[in-house]
Amino acid sequence: MDKTVPDLAAAVTGIEDGMHLMIGGFGGAGAPIELIHALIDQFRATGSPNKLTVINNNAGNGRIGIAAMIDAGMVEKMICSFPRSADPRAFTEKYLVGKIGLELVPQGTLAERIRAGGAGIPAFYTPTGFGTDLALGKPVAEFEGRSYVQERWLKADVALIKAELADTMGNLTYRKAARNFSPLMATAAALTIVQASRIVAPGEIDPEQVVTPGIFVDRIVKVADPRQEEALMRAGVAYV
Amino acid sequence: MKAKLSNAQMAWRAAQDIADGAYVNLGIGFPEMVAKFQPPGRQAVFHTENGVLNFGEAPAQGEEDWDLINAGKKAITLKPGAAFFHHADSFGMVRGGHLDVAILGAYEVAETGDLANWSTGPTGIPAVGGAMDLVHGAKRVAVITDHVTRDGKPKLVKRCSLPLTGVACVTRVYTSLAVIDIENRQFVLREKLPQLSFDDVQALTGAALVVEGTFADLVVPEL
Repeated sequence: MDKTVPDLAAAVTGIEDGMHLMIGGFGGAGAPIELIHALIDQFRATGSPNKLTVINNNAGNGRIGIAAMIDAGMVEKMICSFPRSADPRAFTEKYLVGKIGLELVPQGTLAERIRAGGAGIPAFYTPTGFGTDLALGKPVAEFEGRSYVQERWLKADVALIKAELADTMGNLTYRKAARNFSPLMATAAALTIVQASRIVAPGEIDPEQVVTPGIFVDRIVKVADPRQEEALMRAGVAYV
Repeated sequence: MKAKLSNAQMAWRAAQDIADGAYVNLGIGFPEMVAKFQPPGRQAVFHTENGVLNFGEAPAQGEEDWDLINAGKKAITLKPGAAFFHHADSFGMVRGGHLDVAILGAYEVAETGDLANWSTGPTGIPAVGGAMDLVHGAKRVAVITDHVTRDGKPKLVKRCSLPLTGVACVTRVYTSLAVIDIENRQFVLREKLPQLSFDDVQALTGAALVVEGTFADLVVPEL
């Protein structure tokens, strides 16, 4: 079994118009910049994939990564908890004129919805959001004297993930706080695409250290020296 | 109103109530300052939503590792005994009752314990982050805030007028003038600046202040 693909273009093939994309990362930590930019390249060359729904904690920063996807015009809707950033211009401009949709989800609910999607649990109850505008229209139930809001699973067609180390079977480890949503998203997408700084043979990652087991991973591409979104932001880089 | 605590002094006061070994989440922005004022001999373990326990201060400029950040996207460092985990585990720690204290900022706090701290209304870009999760689950949810808005209006009110973050979730408020508990849907005055009378504080509060027995002077160091 070898899930590696030769290059970034091959890694992002088969992503179609209208799909739901989970993209790992919290701010710049864990953002799979090279996979995102490969998808933008494909859109610029072919006009597809377009009208994407993107699921991430944020809604882009500066003029790279998810912000560059939004600028390119290929994102129809964001599902996120915090669409603000140091430079939120890309999302803000389109949102204020109604050119991009937003589903705002509390951060822990977003994480749990993704986990539920990957775990085959269609709905769950959480105290988060009870009595607030973000729970409007959702079923409420009482357990042991407290009120809880029903939330539904979140699944995606594709997940784009940045890992530190992968073996060719797709077992993954992450770097520091770049882990965040990625292990959850890897479970909740029909097609999970990973960029990894290093790819090793099966057996070279201690099974005790595996964070994402390979069963959740479909494609792996090596990006030896990945760029970091926050570092690019601070250097004023734009992907246009 | 001349007599009032600075942000650092409010943070110092809030830090005095954090026990040694407590697991603590500090809201992004000004509440983060509480970590600087832990009393000598006490060491809390700080949690950040994006998957780190036991992080320390910011690194020196130029030493940042942008894969090692807190929920405010600021660079952090690790202390011995730190741990990384994914977002579902992180919010399991929050909702599952594993945190001892969460200290958050506020636009408004109601005498019922309702908190509004995520939205100033229908205009602009709505953003909630982890605030709605944090107010449920921590054993103690405290707020740290100026007593009044920049326009001098009370932030402690009978009912919040802004969109709620959570219902009946706040149990203590550290303000620039006082320390106030929320008990039985009432503001109970525990400490106030000695320069102010009870009536002075009441006049700047949007709901009745209750006194149970007595209250103490709110005394903090120059910072």
